[in-house]
Amino acid sequence: MPTLKRTEVLKDNQTHYCPGCGHGIVHRLVAEVIDELGIREQTIGTAPVGCAVLLYDYFNCDIIECAHGRPPAVATGIKRVQPDKIVFTYQGDGDLAAIGTAETVHAANRGENITIIFVNNAIYGMTGGQMAPTTLTGMVSTTTQDGRGGHGEGPPMKVCELLSSLGGVCYLERTAVSTPKDVMGAKRAIKKAFQNQIDGKGFSLVEVLSMCPTDWKLSTSKAVDFVNNEMKKVFPLGVYKDK
Amino acid sequence: MIKQGSEVTQMDKQQAKIIMAGFGGQGIVVIGNILARGCVIEDKNVTGMVSYGAEMRGGTANATVVLSDEEIASPYVVHPTHAIILNHPSLDRFEPELVEGGLVLLNTSLMQRDVERKDLEQIKIAATEIAHELGNLKVANIVALGAFIRHTGLLKMKSIEQGIGTLFAAKKPALVGLNLKALAAGAARSVFEPATAKASLG
Amino acid sequence: MGHKILLKGNEVMAEAAVQAGCRFFAGYPITPQNEVPEYMSKRLPEVGGVFVQAESELAAINMVFGASASGARCMTSSSSPGISLKQEGISYIAGAELPCVIANMQRGGPGLGNIRASQADYFQAVKGGGHGDYRVIVLGPSTLPELYQLTMNAFDWADFYRNPVMILGDGILGQMAEPVELSPYKPIVNLPEKDFVLDGCKGREPRVVKTLVLKPADGLVAHNEHLQEKYQRIEDELSLCAEYETADADIVVAAYGITARVAKGAVRMAREKGIAAGLIRPITLWPFPKSLFLSIAQTASQVLVVEMSHGQFIEDVKLAMNCALPVEFLGKGGGWYPTEEVILEKIEAMAQAYAVSGKETNKCRH
Repeated sequence: MPTLKRTEVLKDNQTHYCPGCGHGIVHRLVAEVIDELGIREQTIGTAPVGCAVLLYDYFNCDIIECAHGRPPAVATGIKRVQPDKIVFTYQGDGDLAAIGTAETVHAANRGENITIIFVNNAIYGMTGGQMAPTTLTGMVSTTTQDGRGGHGEGPPMKVCELLSSLGGVCYLERTAVSTPKDVMGAKRAIKKAFQNQIDGKGFSLVEVLSMCPTDWKLSTSKAVDFVNNEMKKVFPLGVYKDK
Repeated sequence: MIKQGSEVTQMDKQQAKIIMAGFGGQGIVVIGNILARGCVIEDKNVTGMVSYGAEMRGGTANATVVLSDEEIASPYVVHPTHAIILNHPSLDRFEPELVEGGLVLLNTSLMQRDVERKDLEQIKIAATEIAHELGNLKVANIVALGAFIRHTGLLKMKSIEQGIGTLFAAKKPALVGLNLKALAAGAARSVFEPATAKASLG
Repeated sequence: MGHKILLKGNEVMAEAAVQAGCRFFAGYPITPQNEVPEYMSKRLPEVGGVFVQAESELAAINMVFGASASGARCMTSSSSPGISLKQEGISYIAGAELPCVIANMQRGGPGLGNIRASQADYFQAVKGGGHGDYRVIVLGPSTLPELYQLTMNAFDWADFYRNPVMILGDGILGQMAEPVELSPYKPIVNLPEKDFVLDGCKGREPRVVKTLVLKPADGLVAHNEHLQEKYQRIEDELSLCAEYETADADIVVAAYGITARVAKGAVRMAREKGIAAGLIRPITLWPFPKSLFLSIAQTASQVLVVEMSHGQFIEDVKLAMNCALPVEFLGKGGGWYPTEEVILEKIEAMAQAYAVSGKETNKCRH
């Protein structure tokens, strides 16, 4: 039986993430994929603003930390100058789908040969639980205290669906890390997204539905249930594009 | 070779501030460009500007060139010493702006009146009609330029011919011959009229 | 003498960048600088470089951030409203101490303003512009040959100091044409090795480019002190200024960029009329050439500041001279520009007033 070993793509640092947060799992999956593909020494990661801003404390590869929402633009600059390197962005829902919407959409439409890991936990975590573009209708946040939808917030934004119409996009898949099976699926998708880049196939984005017990004000197990029972209804898992 | 200099204007040749104006599409920018190229060929100092952006959509277009043997400080042309006027609205607009004793070239084909100021020297050329005779209305600007150079002597006609050559050679080499013909026609068929009243001094 | 060619200012700047080894340009259309991205889109691929038309100024400056972290000489350009958008990225690039060149061909403001030339972004350029205590080296070219030279130098200074360098031009400088000799690029400093480049950690420890400093608790204080030391060094080492007829001048005109070349004409005309006028023209706007202004304060009687704004550059002139001289002002924003005649008129009025009332009036009145 194989033993679980620490991958050298992750540094031996304790993360700052809250108990029950999905970021630790997603970090681990990305790290394992980089490890398995043997690309750590060619990889440049771009960190977002949000809970994952400290990516550089955890990933044992070159990292650039960007302004809020700008990782796809920064990644474009890096990849265009160094097309032989592997460039990924790791972004949350506020970073990717609110303040960085234009950067996301246009990097996708240009077909930039980069890999985007999009962690969707339907809330602004770092700033303390405000509404995210992906916050569910009726969901309470510190800026939608009687639930999203009653005051002109609009419905949650569906990024994979939105991007699927763009000609430049190669691969879009929505996954989750709320069950062991989903974790396996997320890893398979992330690996494919990196492999696409190695193969020069273009823009790949993997959305990962993830837990935020702290800002959802739920226990860790209830947070898992929330992803499985509520989020997956609004954000169906699956492949949205595979060119 | 075009003969030039028989009736060269008396204006100070040291620093000329030239405005070229007409309808968009009359090739205003092109003659500004050729003039500036002529200056580079003769190693004169030159600055050029074109009205740009929203200003150039529709209406009149203008370009300005300052040429000098001395260093050019200001590239702005507020009161031109020379004006090449290819349509009537531009005459209305720029006649009052010319310096006292300045020179105006009129494309008489498209004018509904004469120059009113008595202190201005004039070059008259039916540029549009001549261009029509040459088979291409688009060379009216070059016809005017030929007339302008012949009478002002600001640059050698040869430099202008060379400027035309380098401008068109890259993209439209077939047009070089026609433009040289237009330049010669303009020089040959223009009329110079001295000022009817002396510029007041001071 | 070499071969001169006729180009627009925007093209001169773009070609200078290419000559200096710029291999990445990201930009967004805005008048009056459109010739820069247009030129780059054609020229950069010819030399193996990359041009990206970005979706916004924000994206453009952040692409430059990435390109710079990748080790490329890189550039973006815009005009006033677009430069406002770039300020976020400029702050990050300055904070992360990466080199890049940014050009601002200023237009009338505030807001969308107009597309005529202006110098109303002076404060924004020389005082920081974005958030945080940082400085950008700012250059104010006055002619197209100088624009060509300074653009090439800008890349050297950016690399040498690991700092953004801004070329502060204006719509006229960008749009006007003037003959320029495209002399080959020669580095003017010993260029340091780029030991910050993110190119994969093969054979070395991973590198991080970042501006967030949370640990240790006073880490950001230390980082700011480090930046200030660098800025002090730049102030000590890099300060360029041109003078014209200042040695015996009573009235010294202070102007930069396109305004300075017009002012030079006015000074020449004043001299012809027997007025002892001169011109002082900063070439680096940050660092501001303070010492030269201080020496002018000891020899001249009056200063006239001319700028295409309602008074921004004038503040640095007064500061540099410790308010030792009376300073008069001629300037407006919104697309107004001074002619030689208007400046001359002001010089003549100052000469006359001085003859009547003597030296001690009017100190720092503006």
